[in-house]
Amino acid sequence: MSDNILEVKDLVVRYETEDGCVNAVNGLSFTVGKQKILGLVGETGAGKTTTALSILNLIPSPPGKIVSGSITLNDKDVLSLSQEELQKMRGTDAAMIFQDPMTALNPVMTVGEQIAQAFKLHQKITQQESIEKAKEMLKLVGIDESRVYDYPHQFSGGMKQRVIIAIALACSPKLLLADEPTTALDVTIQAQVLELIKELIRDRGMSMVLITHDLGVVAEVCDEVAVMYAGRIVEIGSAWEIFNETKHPYTEGLFNSLPNLKKRGEELKPIQGLTPDPTNLPAGCAFSPRCPYATEACSKTVPELRHMDGTHYTACTAYDSPDFKLGGKD
Amino acid sequence: MAKVLLEVQNLTKYFNTPGGLLHAVDGVSFQVEEGKTLGIVGESGCGKSTTGRTILKLIEPTSGKIIFDGKDITGYSRGQMRPLRTEMQMIFQDPFSSLDPRMTVMQLIAEPIIEHKLIHGREAIEKRTLELMETVGLAQRLVNSYPHELDGGRRQRIGIARALAVNPKLIVCDEPVSALDVSIQAQILNLLKKLQKDLGLTYIFITHNLAVVKYFSDDIAVMYLGQMVEKAPSDDIFAEPLHPYTRALLSAIPIPTVGKEKKQRVLIRGEITSPVNLPDECRFMKRCDECDEKICGSCDPSLVEVKPQHFVACHRVKK
Amino acid sequence: MFSKSKLINKADAVKSRSLAQETWHRLLKNKGAVAGMVFLMVLLTISILAGHLYNYDRDIISINMDNMLQKPSLQHWFGTDNLGRDIFARILYGARYSLVIGVGAVTIGLIIGVTLGAIAGFYGGMVDQIIMRIVDVFYSIPNIMIAVVIVSLLGTSTVNLLIALCFTCATSFTRIARAAVMTIRDQQYIEAAYELGLPVWKIILKHILPNCLSPIIVQVTLLIGTTIIAASSLSFLGIGVPSPAPEWGAMLSEGRQYVREAGYMCVTPGIAIMITVLALNLLGDGLRDALDPKMKR
Repeated sequence: MSDNILEVKDLVVRYETEDGCVNAVNGLSFTVGKQKILGLVGETGAGKTTTALSILNLIPSPPGKIVSGSITLNDKDVLSLSQEELQKMRGTDAAMIFQDPMTALNPVMTVGEQIAQAFKLHQKITQQESIEKAKEMLKLVGIDESRVYDYPHQFSGGMKQRVIIAIALACSPKLLLADEPTTALDVTIQAQVLELIKELIRDRGMSMVLITHDLGVVAEVCDEVAVMYAGRIVEIGSAWEIFNETKHPYTEGLFNSLPNLKKRGEELKPIQGLTPDPTNLPAGCAFSPRCPYATEACSKTVPELRHMDGTHYTACTAYDSPDFKLGGKD
Repeated sequence: MAKVLLEVQNLTKYFNTPGGLLHAVDGVSFQVEEGKTLGIVGESGCGKSTTGRTILKLIEPTSGKIIFDGKDITGYSRGQMRPLRTEMQMIFQDPFSSLDPRMTVMQLIAEPIIEHKLIHGREAIEKRTLELMETVGLAQRLVNSYPHELDGGRRQRIGIARALAVNPKLIVCDEPVSALDVSIQAQILNLLKKLQKDLGLTYIFITHNLAVVKYFSDDIAVMYLGQMVEKAPSDDIFAEPLHPYTRALLSAIPIPTVGKEKKQRVLIRGEITSPVNLPDECRFMKRCDECDEKICGSCDPSLVEVKPQHFVACHRVKK
Repeated sequence: MFSKSKLINKADAVKSRSLAQETWHRLLKNKGAVAGMVFLMVLLTISILAGHLYNYDRDIISINMDNMLQKPSLQHWFGTDNLGRDIFARILYGARYSLVIGVGAVTIGLIIGVTLGAIAGFYGGMVDQIIMRIVDVFYSIPNIMIAVVIVSLLGTSTVNLLIALCFTCATSFTRIARAAVMTIRDQQYIEAAYELGLPVWKIILKHILPNCLSPIIVQVTLLIGTTIIAASSLSFLGIGVPSPAPEWGAMLSEGRQYVREAGYMCVTPGIAIMITVLALNLLGDGLRDALDPKMKR
């Protein structure tokens, strides 16, 4: 029994579309320890959602295909499981919360029924018992039990997301995959929901992979952070290391783009250029065309993750020279 | 003191719904000086977007006054507003649906010019279009492209170019960067700031993102359920928020720092109440930790200046 | 309005495809649609040429009892009918009626329907209610009844048949246009046009309708098919195109009595109708797929 609830090694995922072959994930490796929260950070197109879907083997195929790599969840090799075994795994070993609470619930089923469904799929219980358990789950996420017979449209966005959390946690999975769980919510509701998630994860001894583009949320919630760009991890480490000893130029650029840390009047320092076209990735390091520190060597080979110190790794050719240091966050 | 470009007095907008009277905007007043930026902040349903649209008369106000550049435009008909459309413009939120998918970049940017007959002659119009593209940072080689071929950041630049095409004085920006990636957001915000400096524009910046509004605005107004609950210069609101809602809003923003001391979070209870058929009491009462039923339930608090330039609508805040 | 810039060199500007060009491209990949298009082109050519190849009085309608009910031969490719007329010539000539009636009724129906539908969809409220209730009334009256009423009032003729069939087409387009307009109306670029100060009629013509074309175009091809069948049915019943005109439905009707001895009298116009409508349907389906942004594979 390993110490890690999740181990992903060299994952490569592609989508074959009309416009070409989309290289969504290009050699991803990371681990999530038991009872740890990993934040997967990146912008649109970085490959975060594809990664999460791969963990549960939910990539729509066609057009997607997990080309190579391995995923070990709770000591099970996900990619070699049969459909039946996968169904058993989803919900009991790992569960997923999707981004948009508005469309994630079935509008013609009561909320209680949808939570009960999660129980019925994995346990042998009667209808009555499953509704009772659904009521308990509602209480757990801070919704009054009496609302178990209400329909999704009767709930606000924040409450819908709580229901979705209840469904995900129904069968006590060991790992929770949360894909931008609070992005669509108002700031004050976001705070409530994040607190709730943190509380539940700790109480139940679960692990979580939190996907987000919001660095503030990452700082609030995560123990470890992996920064993704163009389907690869460019920097990974503990939250403290990533935020206070930033090593990769892209991560530095992300911090510099945030208005939060700036005084009014000063210009923000956005990253120049645009995220690369996943059907036509640049040669070598995918970030090199936009990187202020790029050298010729950067466009020749794809940098591997190298150990910096502690648990901190980064994939940057510039560190070939031992004196290299970033310009620093402002 | 600089000239006041826009003055809004007691603006209200009610909608008749099957459930009752919806108080979308309920007695909002403010002034904006020329060349400055007013940020309007709030969560969904607070009425900030409706306020923005009502100022531009895209929606007819139920009551109140809108005075733009000295003219009372509250009662203006659509025909009377038309010439004013060259002075007040809007930048829309969604770069994916705010551009007609059948028009090229050139057609999109030239449309306002042609519609208001600002320039005549095809060549002159084209020249101006290319100039505008350069101003907003759009590569000229994209001139024949269609919106669906471009990314969000570029589309938003087209939106900005369209707004600038008529040389407006006032631009209402309705969540202009919310739909964009973080690094693109920064590019667009820099652009908007630069344009303000170069062209002397006045902005009303509507957003739910407090970090962005702090960076961008001179003054900030916080809205809740159709009312302005606090209004002050940007630095003042962040340094010393007085209204309980503002305090909760500020502490709810997740701060991207690790290991440094974090302030105590103020979590608001419950959900936003319905803006339909509101009784005459403080609207934030049911969620407020500092509420005193007797005082706060007596009547709706009005916006009062408790410090120089700092207005709050709360019974519990004394001068 | 000009879409391509003159000041920027063609070489410098990024090549881009409009939605129309992209649709055409995708349509060409669909074999069924291409087959349908080719057939319809052929049919159109035939119907134009038929007027030149044949003399109406001499070849199409003149009765020649010596020749009657001849089996298909080298002289008469499809044989002759009960009045000695060459069936092949009649079928070729008959294409004109089907095309004219189909395209004509649909075009008039389109203009009326889209106008009403756009107004109903854009304004909503009372205007919408009134227009749609009137449309509902016409929608619920069967084709045949409307045709009977018109024909009894105005007499049988090709033109009157066309008028009768307009009603169904118009109601169909009204509904489709209304739905499409209601979807587009809420898009932000319409709000932007409004904010620019454009008058309402300009917003509808310039921004809303061009973006509603997809469902309307698909409906045009499919509706031509159903209209042709309707025209044939009505002619079959004797209240459509009057004899001796070689309309396919009428020919079917005349061939009914001779099904046993001269089956080719029925089969040939029947097949003609079938293939035409099939071609239209294939084209219509192909267009629907090509226009659907979600069908990208």
